Amino acid sequence: MARAITTRRKIIVTAAAWTVGLLIFFPILWTILTSFKTEAEAIADPPSLFFFDWTFENYGVVQERSNYFLHFWNSVVISVGSTLLGLAIAIPAAWSMAFVPAKQTKNILMWMLSTKMLPPVGVLIPIYLIFRDTGLLDTRSGLVIVLTLINLPIIVWMLYTYFKEIPGEILEAARMDGANLRSEILYVLTPMAVPGIASTLLLNIILAWNEAFWTLNLTAAKAAPLTAFIASYSSPEGLFYAKLSAASTMAIAPILIMGWFSQKQLVRGLTFGAVK
Amino acid sequence: MSTQHSRTAARAMISPAVMLLLAWMLIPLCMTLYYSFRRYRLLTPERQGWVGFGNYENFLTNPAFFHALTNTLLLVGGVLIITVVFGVLLAILLDQPIWGQGIVRILVIAPFFVMPTVSALVWKNMFMNPVNGLFAYGAKALGLQPYDFLSQAPLASIIGIVSWQWLPFATLILLTAIQSLDSEQMEAAEMDGAGPFSRFFFITLPHLARAITVVVLIQTIFLLSIFAEILVTTNGGPGTASTNLTYLVYAESLLNYDVGEGSAGGVVAIILANIVAIFLMRMIGKNLDA
Repeated sequence: MARAITTRRKIIVTAAAWTVGLLIFFPILWTILTSFKTEAEAIADPPSLFFFDWTFENYGVVQERSNYFLHFWNSVVISVGSTLLGLAIAIPAAWSMAFVPAKQTKNILMWMLSTKMLPPVGVLIPIYLIFRDTGLLDTRSGLVIVLTLINLPIIVWMLYTYFKEIPGEILEAARMDGANLRSEILYVLTPMAVPGIASTLLLNIILAWNEAFWTLNLTAAKAAPLTAFIASYSSPEGLFYAKLSAASTMAIAPILIMGWFSQKQLVRGLTFGAVK
Repeated sequence: MSTQHSRTAARAMISPAVMLLLAWMLIPLCMTLYYSFRRYRLLTPERQGWVGFGNYENFLTNPAFFHALTNTLLLVGGVLIITVVFGVLLAILLDQPIWGQGIVRILVIAPFFVMPTVSALVWKNMFMNPVNGLFAYGAKALGLQPYDFLSQAPLASIIGIVSWQWLPFATLILLTAIQSLDSEQMEAAEMDGAGPFSRFFFITLPHLARAITVVVLIQTIFLLSIFAEILVTTNGGPGTASTNLTYLVYAESLLNYDVGEGSAGGVVAIILANIVAIFLMRMIGKNLDA
């Protein structure tokens, strides 16, 4: 920009932006800090921000009392499993829609988008009954199936917008040089598609990790991922702030870190490529 | 240029995704429709039979339905207004040259990555609790009476929590859009004597129209199905003060074990969501073509 920005203006704007940013982030910061307090300090009046006796004891207690890592592992299996399965189904579909577009391609894509508009509660009962009768209730594989299907439209759309950006001429050149479909995919397309696939993977793990309708309704003690496990703190147990905070911090930390890496892709993925 | 061979291969590659989604949509949808016309309670499963529109009648004449419908609209509308208005303001603020822009961005985006049950519980217990919550300390420090947010203003409190979760999303998308605004156009307008307000209303806002449409569309899809936040904070109460349509159907089917009426509610929810979806798809379609 050609316009000169005065330092004074920059200082004011910086202060305003930081204030708003810290205000929005504060509940998370407060949760993380509280997880290192004792229960007494967690409800101390007046509350203290940094000056308390730091302790790691809550993390140990949470694990001991409730087998925390089982639920953590459930979350990992369900989110990573459903994302990988979804990619396996979506990559071929998105590939062919991007490189061999047919007349119905646009319609298929719009139709896939429209399946996301179906409110989950409209199909809650049948899924619940099917799961009950097939023994999938409260199993990790059941949730992997459901979350794969829920996120499939987003995965296809995201991959499609990435694949679209790969120039088609490269494929034609490869074909001219005698590459068949298999080597086309393996040696030409894959290296160019890897970044797009990686960001799709990241975003979908985040979405699946935080999904809280099906995970709450289809699991009980055994297969409950962290979303459902944390929900059990809505009982009076949740009034032990330090332990609630420790459980929450561990549940959100991995995703916060992954999320910060994928903020650019988030926009593209969640807007179905409409905003880049 | 595609050959016949590659076209067949392409179809074979698309079909698993299409078939699975089709099955995922159609089978449960037909079952919901079927159950919605049946008498089926999980506690007395042997007494089944056709009841015509009886389930619909029960569901629609239940006073809770009207509450749930209003609450759903208030929840979606309230969160949309808050996130879009503050999202635009925040996006403009973050677009300015500042020190540590990357870090501020990260701070602002963070709530979006917090799982719904965690954010709802943290707000409920550690902030809104009338005895030990942070807001209660604040009120006491100012010599005021602590306010019991979730029992006195349950819906407004949930709107607040959900807005905190979705503000980052709106901000991020609007910021992305604002950064593609041509700065020379801005400068030209400024030189022609346009003040900050007319620059905002005549340049920035029209430029953001498309991004705002996208934000509204996508958030509406997710906000219509808000569930976890209500489940862990208020259980829809007190009474039905914070029950939305999603929660009502859940309560009807999995808490009252009435599959028939729950299914009828599910069908109603689908119809309402479709009305919104058609309206929004048309809006976004217009915007996307332009």
